[in-house]
Formats: sequence, C-alpha cells, structure tokens
Amino acid sequence: MTGKTLYDKLWDAHLVKMRDDGTGLIYIDRHLLHEVTSPQAFEGLRLAGRKPWRISANVATPDHNVPSETVERSAGVAGIVDEVSRIQVQTLDENCDDFGIKEFKINDVNQGIVHVIGPEQGLTLPGMTVVCGDSHTATHGALGALAHGIGTSEVEHVLATQCLIQKKSKNFLVKVDGKLGLGITPKDVVLHVIGIIGTAGGNGSAIEFGGEVFRAMSMEGRMTVCNMAIEAGARVGMVGVDQITLDYVKGRPYAPKGAHWDQAVEYWKTLHSDADAVFDRVVEINAAEIKPQVTWGTSPEMVVAIDALVPTPESFGSVAQRQAAQRALEYMGLAGGQPITSIKLDRVFIGSCTNSRIEDLRAAAAVVKGKKVATTLTQALVVPGSGQVKAQAEAEGLDKIFTEAGLEWRAPSCSMCLAMNADKLLPGEHCASTSNRNFEGRQGFGGRTHLVSPAMAAAAAIAGHFVDVREIDVREIV
Amino acid sequence: MKAFTVVKGIAAPMDLANVDTDMIIPKQFLKSIKRSGFGPNLFDALRYLDEGQPGQDTSNRPLNPEFPLNFARYKGAQVLLARDNFGCGSSREHAPWALEDYGFRCVIAPSFADIFFNNCFKNGLLPIVLDAQIVDRLFQAMYAQEGYELTIDLPAQQIITPAGEKIGFDVGEFSKHCLINGLDDIGLTLKDEADIHTFEKRWQQQAPWLFEALN
Repeated sequence: MTGKTLYDKLWDAHLVKMRDDGTGLIYIDRHLLHEVTSPQAFEGLRLAGRKPWRISANVATPDHNVPSETVERSAGVAGIVDEVSRIQVQTLDENCDDFGIKEFKINDVNQGIVHVIGPEQGLTLPGMTVVCGDSHTATHGALGALAHGIGTSEVEHVLATQCLIQKKSKNFLVKVDGKLGLGITPKDVVLHVIGIIGTAGGNGSAIEFGGEVFRAMSMEGRMTVCNMAIEAGARVGMVGVDQITLDYVKGRPYAPKGAHWDQAVEYWKTLHSDADAVFDRVVEINAAEIKPQVTWGTSPEMVVAIDALVPTPESFGSVAQRQAAQRALEYMGLAGGQPITSIKLDRVFIGSCTNSRIEDLRAAAAVVKGKKVATTLTQALVVPGSGQVKAQAEAEGLDKIFTEAGLEWRAPSCSMCLAMNADKLLPGEHCASTSNRNFEGRQGFGGRTHLVSPAMAAAAAIAGHFVDVREIDVREIV
Repeated sequence: MKAFTVVKGIAAPMDLANVDTDMIIPKQFLKSIKRSGFGPNLFDALRYLDEGQPGQDTSNRPLNPEFPLNFARYKGAQVLLARDNFGCGSSREHAPWALEDYGFRCVIAPSFADIFFNNCFKNGLLPIVLDAQIVDRLFQAMYAQEGYELTIDLPAQQIITPAGEKIGFDVGEFSKHCLINGLDDIGLTLKDEADIHTFEKRWQQQAPWLFEALN
C-alpha cells in the first residue's frame, strides 16, 4: 500500500461517511464567522427553526466593515459612519449574542482579521478541519489543518449539521527547494508560484507546499503562502506539521494544555505526507530563481519580477491570453514594454489577511526606518491584522517608525484589501498593496492594484514608484 | 430553493476568461444582510458607467452601451455563456444570488472556480461544464442568431440548440436530485444525524482537545 498525503490523512480522519454518489460527509472542527457572509445563514437557521449543532465549534469577529481610522473606530459599533456597514456589524453581534457564539467584538484586544486571529489565539490548530465563509480560509492550512472557504449556504449547513458535503480534491504538490535569495519573502514565493501554475492551475486540487523553502519558513510566512492558494484556484493550501508548527502553537490562549497538549502533539507529528505518498500533480521550483514580484495586471497570475518589463499582449501564447492582457493593460493604464520600476504610485497599503502579521510589519518598518514617504504619494496605510499584532508592534516601537516616516498607523480590519470600509482607491490610482487580489475595482472603483511583499510596498512608499528592495538600505530594527 | 427541471431561454455572452466574483457583484453590495435584490447590481462595474451604491435606484444610472447584457437582443436571458475559470476569487454567495436574481438559471463554461461552482447548486442555478470547443461553437451560434435560445433539460442531462442538436452534460447525482426537487440539503444531511453523532463521539475520544468550551 502506498503512503498517504497530508490531505488524505486529514480527509480520512474527518470522514463521517462516504455517500452513494461518491461525495463525502466531512466533520468540521472549527467554524469561523464574520459579518459579511453570515447574516443570511443565521436568518436561514431561524426560519427553519434550527439550532447550531455544536456552539463551541464557532468563533466570530467583525473584520471586513470595521473602520481602520482610529477616531471613528474608538466609538465602537455605534460609531461606524456608514449605516449599511454598521447594520451588518450589529447583526453579527446580535446573532452571536442570541445563539451564544463566542465573538471578539469590534474593540476587543483580540479582535482582528479572522484569518489572523484564528492561529494567533490557538483557535485554529493542526489536524483540524477549518471552514469560514471566506475564500482566504486556506491560510489556516499553514498549521497542517484542512481549511477552506465556503459560501453562505454552507455556513448555514455547518452551523446546523457540523458537517459539509464534499467532493474529494486532487493532491497537488508544489515543491520549492534550494535557498531563497536575500530580500525574497514568502509573498514573492507564492506570487511566483501563481505566475507559473496560473490562477486556475489549482482548480479541483488541494495544494501542499513542500520542499526546503517551506520547511525553513516561519509560521507567518507559511500563512502568507497558504492564504494565496485560492489565487491559484485551490481552495486548500497546506504545509505539513514540524517543530516550527509546534513551537508556534504552544502556549497560545486556546491551544491545548497539559495532558491534552501531549496527546495532541503525538497526533500532530503524524500530519505530514508520507515519503511514498503519490500526488496527482507535482510542480518543482528552484528557490534561487525567485526574485521580488510585482503584479502588473488584473489577475494574480499577471505577475513579473521587479527587474522585468510590463509584458506586451503579443508575448502571450493564446488568443484568450492576448485579449486578457490587452484588457488588463488598458484597465491598469500601462503600456507593454515599460519597466516595472517606472510605475508611479498614488497609495501604498500594508495589511490584509495575507500580510498584516508582526513579521510583515517588522519587514516594512525595517525598510522605512529613518526615511520619508515620497511627497508624490496621496496616502500610505499600515493596518495591523489584529489587536494583538497592533499591541506587539507598538511595544516594539514599529508604529513610531511608520508615523515618523509618514505612513498612517491604523486599527485592525480588512481595510483597503477589498475596500468595504472607508479605505479605498479613487479611479485611476495605482496602489502597491500587500493584499491578495488585483481584480478590477477590488480596492475601489477604477482602482489599480499591484500586489507585492511588505518590504517591496514599503520601499515603493519611500521611492514613489517600484524599486528593487534588494538594492536599498534596510535598517536593523530589533 | 427554486426547482430546476427544463429551462428554455435566451443565451447571453460573458465573453471573458477568469471572470471573478468581484466582477459579478462588487463588494459594496455585500453589505446587505438579505439574500435577494442583487440582480440590478449584477456585473455592476461593467454594466453601468458610474460607480454603484447599495440601496440606490438603478433605473436612472448611465448604462454601458458596449456591455452585452444591455443589448436589447439579450433581454430576459436565462442562460449565460462564459469562458474558463468563471467565478474565481472570493467565496461570496452573493455572486450566484445576483445571477439568479437577475434571471439566469444556468451558466455554461469550459471550467468554473470550485467554490462558486458549489455555491450555484444551493441557489437553483445550474453550472454546466462543456468542452471549450463546444462552448466556443455555442458562442458563435449565439452571436450569429438574434433570439438564440437554449433548452436545458436537467433530468435528461441535455442541452438542445435551436437547430435541434443535443449536447449531453455531466452533473453530480446528488446535486441533480436537489436541483430537480428544489431540496434544501441541510434537511437531507440531518437524515444522517445518527452517523454524525457516532462520528463525533469517537472523534471526541480521540481528540478531546477539540471539544473544550471557549471561554
């Protein structure tokens, strides 16, 4: 018998039963909720007279609609100026209060972006099945969990049954071996991977990230990588459990303690693909080839290295790709053949469930320390991913480094990643963003997003245009 | 959920690969706590020339004359012809809600993003995957003939063209059953309640740390 992949192990451990049509009924350990994709699910539950199956499996927090601006934020839910946003956050509070679901409310120190607080609190753990009405739930796969996004009907289904009906995905291994060059970050790795396999490359698959690069990567870095599995089409991204995972989880507020800890660790140590496991597909990448990445178009697969030129439509193979490139260049206001470094920026956004953890903020602070944001920039925002990240950053003095350099230090929220709160681009504005999607209008109607790492975003904030972070002076801050 | 048996309707084009859910329904409309009313804002940024706001009356907004859904010939369309990786990006179910509320009952494409594909079935919307060449042929036939209608026969798993050509398609057995009968799958899963309890009990013994109360 051949070995099992990590995905196979997690699937098998949670399989309640195989159904006649070949789909599986999968048990869900942790269900994360936020204000945008849950109200209709709670309403459905009420209309059908159903109760949540297991209350303690659910944890909620508002993140998409909450203001990042500190004055507006200080007044709590009642202070949210946008009435429609306020009602949505209030509705989450009411639903959680009514059903007795644990919620970190708007100004709780543990509030934050749902995919930042899950691992941070030990609420998401290795070996768990984790779902949330949000496609970036793949983030939690960094812990060696089976985690993916679901729609609102499935949110209701999980609330009511603690299960999901799933078709088993294919096993896809992305293996990056070798050593990353200086200044190359997890964000560059994952953007490079998406550039190779494409935005639909992982459709129908669970991606496991393996190889020396991920083994050496911190948990925060692994979260950045798994977070963007969905931008390659895969609902699931994951990394096998190792000592780095265990060291990260130990001592977290909701992580197991005492005898439960020992018992859990014994199980978690089995959560990696067996040496003889067979994958449906394997892509191997040499780490040394990866350079700092910048997206030029309106899909995360439209990405090149910092020292490259914006591609011309003619350089693409198929008619569909040439048309897509043409449309993207028009939307982005770019010309094929112009250097990436010639793209002038209007705003910079450092934050989102991809890159708002403490390491991300340290990397950005190291670049801007003692410098000033370019005067040509309209705004540069730094939005920490959680109240805990914010407190940690402030304890390390990072907030001062940012504000002295001219960046704005904000309160935890999804913010300009998808512009559901007041933080958004104006039509035609270019933004260096550490978020995950460069779709048309994603950061604001007519806005133009370039996805980059925190260090690259910080360097761009100082220069006013993209620069190669490997060529600038980076200060030691710790 | 609205049952789906046989649907005959005008086909309309969304002739772009990688149409993402931000495009299908922009984020400002996700602030609604309702399940309905998203139709007027389907493809909002492509359909109108201005920036739409939630709760706004769309009847006076400037339409984009170049966007196919604004053409008279596609009025009342129920079948959307699309390209590869339709529905990529976010998991927002507002995307199928908007398509369904607009009047679409079926989307035909060479491939779909996984989460969007699942979400469709929960909302009486049938996503059909066909070979890229066949989809291309349907596009050409639709462009060539005003009032081009397709019949989608779910029980027979067939698409019937105006010329009478029958094209077979695959659909999961359970999804088909739920769609044809307009069934809520929560009720069906709860028929396995005993199995879920048995599993849960065993799992709690194996992994007790997963079952601690949250304080």
